[in-house]
Amino acid sequence: MTALTEGSRPSARVSRRRRWLWSRQRWPFTVAALVLLAIALVWIYPLVWTAGASLKTQTGVFTTASNPFPATLHWENYVRAWRDAQFGEYLLNTFIVTIAVVAITVVRTAMAGYVIARFAFLGRKVLVAVLVLTLFVPTGYTIIPVVEVSNQLHLLNSRWGMILALSGAAHVAEILLYVGYFRGIPKELEEAAVVDGAGFLTVFFRVMLPLAMPVTATVTLLTFLATWNNFFLPLVFTFSRPDLRTVSVGMLAFAGENSTDWSGLAAAATISLLPIVLLFLFLQRYFIEGLSGAVKS
Amino acid sequence: MSEISARLAPAEARRSRAAGPPESGAGTAQRRRVRRRRRRRFELYIWLFLAPTLLLYGVYTLYPIVASYWYSMLDWNGFDAHGTFTGFSNYAAVLKDRYFWNSFKVTVLFTAVTVPVRVGLALVVAVVLNNRLMPLRRLLRTAFFLPVITTSAVVGIVMQMILDPSSGPLNLSMEKLGLIHHGVDYLGSSSNALWSVMGVYIWKWFGITLIYWLAALQTVPAELVEAARVDGASGVRVFRHVTVPVLKPFLVIITLLTLVDTLQVFDLLLSMTNGGPQFHTEVLEIYIYRFAFAASVPQLGYASAAAVLFGLFAAVITAMQVVGVRFSRRSARSGS
Repeated sequence: MTALTEGSRPSARVSRRRRWLWSRQRWPFTVAALVLLAIALVWIYPLVWTAGASLKTQTGVFTTASNPFPATLHWENYVRAWRDAQFGEYLLNTFIVTIAVVAITVVRTAMAGYVIARFAFLGRKVLVAVLVLTLFVPTGYTIIPVVEVSNQLHLLNSRWGMILALSGAAHVAEILLYVGYFRGIPKELEEAAVVDGAGFLTVFFRVMLPLAMPVTATVTLLTFLATWNNFFLPLVFTFSRPDLRTVSVGMLAFAGENSTDWSGLAAAATISLLPIVLLFLFLQRYFIEGLSGAVKS
Repeated sequence: MSEISARLAPAEARRSRAAGPPESGAGTAQRRRVRRRRRRRFELYIWLFLAPTLLLYGVYTLYPIVASYWYSMLDWNGFDAHGTFTGFSNYAAVLKDRYFWNSFKVTVLFTAVTVPVRVGLALVVAVVLNNRLMPLRRLLRTAFFLPVITTSAVVGIVMQMILDPSSGPLNLSMEKLGLIHHGVDYLGSSSNALWSVMGVYIWKWFGITLIYWLAALQTVPAELVEAARVDGASGVRVFRHVTVPVLKPFLVIITLLTLVDTLQVFDLLLSMTNGGPQFHTEVLEIYIYRFAFAASVPQLGYASAAAVLFGLFAAVITAMQVVGVRFSRRSARSGS
């Protein structure tokens, strides 16, 4: 019904919208939007070009370089990237490493955050001070001892070693997020649970952790993003184990071996970027809220 | 941090005081015993909960921070089990190396150019996008943010193709438009390379600074803007007298967050230029990587000395961040 009545007067709707866009108050913003839209198209052009180049022929990439859209679709580049350049394997490695690191990091930062937020234990002040001091530690600073200690623990050329080292990176911001959130939850909730006979673990896993869902979502996404995109550590952990490479390391290796296979490289890049881009587009709100949290806190 | 414990301590005192007085005699003693037993069990759980963090963080963050200092005093190739102690000679050698100073200069220059550009441009775009009269705000925000979530190392390879002098789409498009007559060698020429990677870096991370500014603009009280409008203030005046004062403390925070970001450019630069041509884009992290991992005979002690110096540089910037945030918070509090 409504669709009919709306559909019967399309011209009225268009003109109303046009009036809305170009009203005296709005027209400067409409102009600004058009300008920014043009810039935004340039902005995403490299990514569009990559997706387009991944579907061109190996020579077509060079002859039609400035037009991002392929005339006919050539999926064989994906076969080459997936099978010959082993991006199928790399993608699986990246998924395994990322999911494991996210799981370990969420659990450990939530537990540490809860304890720091709620209990006075010996050395808490010191722990918090040390954590804050290491809020920002560049990988370039710690990487040599991390590799050496992993070597001594026989964890260097192994997937588990990579997972542990990535989970052991500071992740201080995540802990502080949990601390802040748990501190904001009224104590009465826990006390009520304790009166009902709940123990320490029940209180945490049944009451507090479910309440902290928004923080868990943020920490999950931020850790996922950081781990998926990580490069330095997976690079030095897989020097002698090419089969354990993640997509970021695999990309460098592929470019080193086949720098002229542009359509293959573009296909590999698309394989590497697509999962994280899709995740972002679906969960955009949470990504942006999580990242802007850094400013507000 | 003293703030945290100060806030918590009175709460505990209050609770124990509240529970204390009404009881008397044997009841209190028993209660106290029960509570002590419970606290001891809690203590166990507390350390159990901290254990994963203490273990992982200890091994992979704290130990490396401390061990770097020890490593930096060794002559060590990484193949032998142990290095030989050489005191501060690595530091002397690093500080004498003109390539170290080159990479230091590149790092500082990179930071000094990209941070103001990111912070300034992002503020302009954020102010425009924050206006409710603006059409397509969400779409535009998404587009500008998209490069942030992409993998730097992959983007580095992609950009090698995009910026290619002979068949890269950027050069070909510009030739078609008649802006240039022959391809510009963005990454291969020593006079262009650093500027080009700065451009790509700004493109890659602009979106995050934009999101920071948008978050900051959200804190501008809408009633205040409305009130100023009703009083007949123009858009520019509202911005100057209402928005700018609110944004000022955020300027410090956002600049410092952006600054800290900029120390981590390893992924993008290693994949895009590998520090070249002729070390023109070699930032400190690539310098460290070159001596520790890319050399046929690694010089772990020497690289660690460079890493410690880099760590100190990063620590100075982090300290600036902490001080800056404290300062801006205080001024925000006294201002409001």
